[in-house]
Amino acid sequence: MNKNPLSRRKVLGGVGLFGLAGSTAALWLGRGNTELAATHSNGAHAQQQSAPPMSHHQMNDGIGMQGSHTMMANMVQGDVTTAINGFDPMKILTDFDYGTVSKLADGRTLREYRLYASDKTIEIAPNITFPAWVYNDRVPGPTIRCTEGDRIRVTFTNGSSHPHSVHFHGMHVAAMDGVDPIEPGKQFIYEFDAEPFGLHLYHCHTVPLRRHIHKGLYGTFIIDPPKPRPPAKELVMVMNAFDTNFDNENEVYAVNTVAFHYTKHPIALKVNELVRLYLVNMTEFDPVNSLHLHANFFNVYRTGTRLESQELTDMIMLAQAERHILEFRYKYPGSYMFHAHQTEFTELGWSGMFQVS
Amino acid sequence: MAEQITPATSGQSLRRWNAATVILVFIPLLLLAALLAFLLITGAGLGKRIAPPIEELTIDRITLPAQNQIVVQVTNGGADPVTVAQVQVDNAYWAFTINRDGPIPRLGQATITIPYPWVQDETHVVKLLSSNGIAFEKAIPVATLTPGPSLETFWQYALLGLYVGIIPIGLGLLWYPFLRRLGRRGMQVILSLTVGLLVFLLFDTMAEALELVATTPKVFGGAPLVFLIALMAFLVLVTVGASKKGQVPSRLRVSYMIALGIGLHNLGEGLAIGAAFAFGNAALGTFLVIGFTLHNITEGVGIAAPLARAQPALWHFVTLATLAGLPAVVGVWIGGFLYEPLLITIFFALGAGAIAQVIYEVGRLLARQSAEDQAPLLSPATFGGLLAGVVIMYATALLVVV
Repeated sequence: MNKNPLSRRKVLGGVGLFGLAGSTAALWLGRGNTELAATHSNGAHAQQQSAPPMSHHQMNDGIGMQGSHTMMANMVQGDVTTAINGFDPMKILTDFDYGTVSKLADGRTLREYRLYASDKTIEIAPNITFPAWVYNDRVPGPTIRCTEGDRIRVTFTNGSSHPHSVHFHGMHVAAMDGVDPIEPGKQFIYEFDAEPFGLHLYHCHTVPLRRHIHKGLYGTFIIDPPKPRPPAKELVMVMNAFDTNFDNENEVYAVNTVAFHYTKHPIALKVNELVRLYLVNMTEFDPVNSLHLHANFFNVYRTGTRLESQELTDMIMLAQAERHILEFRYKYPGSYMFHAHQTEFTELGWSGMFQVS
Repeated sequence: MAEQITPATSGQSLRRWNAATVILVFIPLLLLAALLAFLLITGAGLGKRIAPPIEELTIDRITLPAQNQIVVQVTNGGADPVTVAQVQVDNAYWAFTINRDGPIPRLGQATITIPYPWVQDETHVVKLLSSNGIAFEKAIPVATLTPGPSLETFWQYALLGLYVGIIPIGLGLLWYPFLRRLGRRGMQVILSLTVGLLVFLLFDTMAEALELVATTPKVFGGAPLVFLIALMAFLVLVTVGASKKGQVPSRLRVSYMIALGIGLHNLGEGLAIGAAFAFGNAALGTFLVIGFTLHNITEGVGIAAPLARAQPALWHFVTLATLAGLPAVVGVWIGGFLYEPLLITIFFALGAGAIAQVIYEVGRLLARQSAEDQAPLLSPATFGGLLAGVVIMYATALLVVV
C-alpha cells in the first residue's frame, strides 16, 4: 500500500494545535491561494464549455440520450461484445430452455435438459476478464423452463477441472438434491417432478460453496403454473457480481453478468405492454441486493408461487437466492433507469435502461 | 622464495595490452550471449510459463488541476505489461482517458485523466483495475486544487523556499559575532552542537528517504538504492574534499562543505514542502513554514561555527547562506510542480551522504582542536554540545509534520 504523504487527520490536528500561529502567517499565503483557485476554476469552466471531456466517448457508446453529465460519467469505458464471452446479455433476457419434450407412459410430459460445467474466461466489464466456472458456456447458466407436474431429467456432465454439482430449488427426493459433488469427467442424471410452480433457481452446491457460486455456477429455473400466466414481454434478470481480485469484495456488479450492459444497450419496451420480469439474486459477499424501477410501480409475486400480487412498489430487496416475479406497464414513452438501490452497486455496474416507445 | 621473483618478471609480459587481452575480455561475454540465446530459443527445459501475469502498477502522483478533473500518473514496475481496463473513483466506475494506446509496458508510464466532481477538503480514493481485475488504489487525503505552474505560483513557491531556507540560515549566521567572543572551550561546545544537529539531520534524511522509497516501484531498487546513493555521495565528497595527506581542510572550506550538505538536505526539505503544499492546503503550508523556519535557524549556527577562528570576508557569509538555503527554493518548485517520489528519494539520499561527509569533516576539526588542547575528544563539553544539538533539532522537529 502506498503511504500517503499526509493525512486529513494530521492536517486537522496540525491546524488545531498551531492554528493561532498558522492563521497569522496564513494571511500572505492564503490571499495568494484564493486568487489562484479563482483563476483555475475559470480555466476549468472555459474548458467544459468548449469541449466536455467525456461527451465524445459517451456518444460513441450510444448512451447519450438522457441524464445528467455526472450520471453519464459514471460509466465503464468501451463495450463488451460476444468475442470473448460467446453469449449476449441481450439474448439471455429472453432465452428460455424448454428442453427436449416427450411423453411418458402415464401421459405426463418429460423434459430433458443437458448441463455441462466447464472453466471459462469471461468478460464482465469492457476489457476486464474473470476466470469463471460456467454451465453451458454462459453466466448465468441457461434458463430452464417447464410446467408444474412435468417430469424433469437433467443430464449433468462435469467438464471442469473441479468437482461440481447441480442443486435445484424445488421439491424432490434427497438423492436428487445435488449436494454430492460430481468429479471432473463424470456424469450424473438428476430426475424429479417440477413442483411447486414459481420462480426458482439452480446452482452448484460443492464446497467451498462461496467460491463455487461466485465463480458463476448458477441459473434460473422457472416452473410455470398449470394454467399459464397472461401473455407478456418476459425478461430474465439474474443479479450477480464478481470479485476479480479475490479479496471477498465485489469489483463488478451487474444483471446478467456484464456491468452497465443494459445502459449501453437499453431494453426496448412498448407503451402499455405488460412486462414480466423474472428477478433472481445470486450476488455473493453482499447480504442483499435490490431493484428499483424508475417512474413506475410493479406488482410483486413473491417467489412466483402465487398468482395474486402481494405488493405494489417501486423497490424490492432480495437476499441471496431470493427471487420474485415483477409485473409492470409503462404509461409514457421515454428512457427509464432500473438499478440496485444500493447506490454502490449501481455505480459499480448494476444499472440499466428501458427504452419505451 | 623463488616464487617471489618469477611473478615480477612474467607479470611484466602479462600486463601488456594486446589482441590477446581483448579476446580474454570477450570470451565470457560471448559465452554469456550464447547462453542467453539458448535460454530464449529452447526455454532451457523449464517448460512453458504457466503462472498468470504478475501485475504491479504504482500510482506515483494524483493531482487535481481543475474543479472537475483528477489526473493520475502511474508507473508499471512489474514484470508484465498492464492494461488499465477501468477506473473507479470512490467505488464508482468512471469515464477516463489515458495517454497511451494498449498496455503499459514494463517500466512504462501513463497519465490517466478522470472528469470527476471531487469535493473540496474531502477524501477520495482512486482505484485502477487491470484487465485481470487486479486493483491498484491510492487516496487523495485532502482534495484541493493543485496549484499549476504560473508566474504567481512560481513566486509563491520561491517565497516558501526563501522562508524555510535562506532566511533562517541567514538569521543563524548572525550568531557569528557572538561565536567569535567564545573561548576555546565554548568553540568546542558549539562545534559539537553542530555535529549533533547534523547527526539528527542525517537520521532524519535517511528516514525520509526510506519512507519515500517504499512508495516507488520496487524494480528501481528500494531501500538498498538509498543506502548505496548515500554511501557513494559520502565517498565522492570525501574524495573531492581531501586535501594533502594529513592536512585538515581550512575552516572556511569546512563551512562551505557544511553549507553544501545542508543545501542538499534543504533541497529535499523543499521538495517535501512543495509536495505538501500541492497536496494539502494553505494552512498546512503555513504551519510547515513556521516549523521549518525555527528548525533551520540552527543550521546557520552550524555553518558559522567553524569560522569563529577565521576571519572571512563578508561576502562569504552571503555565499554560504545562498549555498545552504537557495536549494530549498528549487526543491519547492520541483516538489510542487512535478512531484516525483523517486527523484525526491535520490535527492534525500544524496543529502544524507553529504551530511555524513560534513560530520566527518567537523569531527576532524574537533579532533584537531582537542589534540592541540591535549583534551579527550569526547569530554563533558563536547558530549553536552552534541546532545544539545540533537535535542534542539528534535524539539523543533516537533513543529514539522509532513
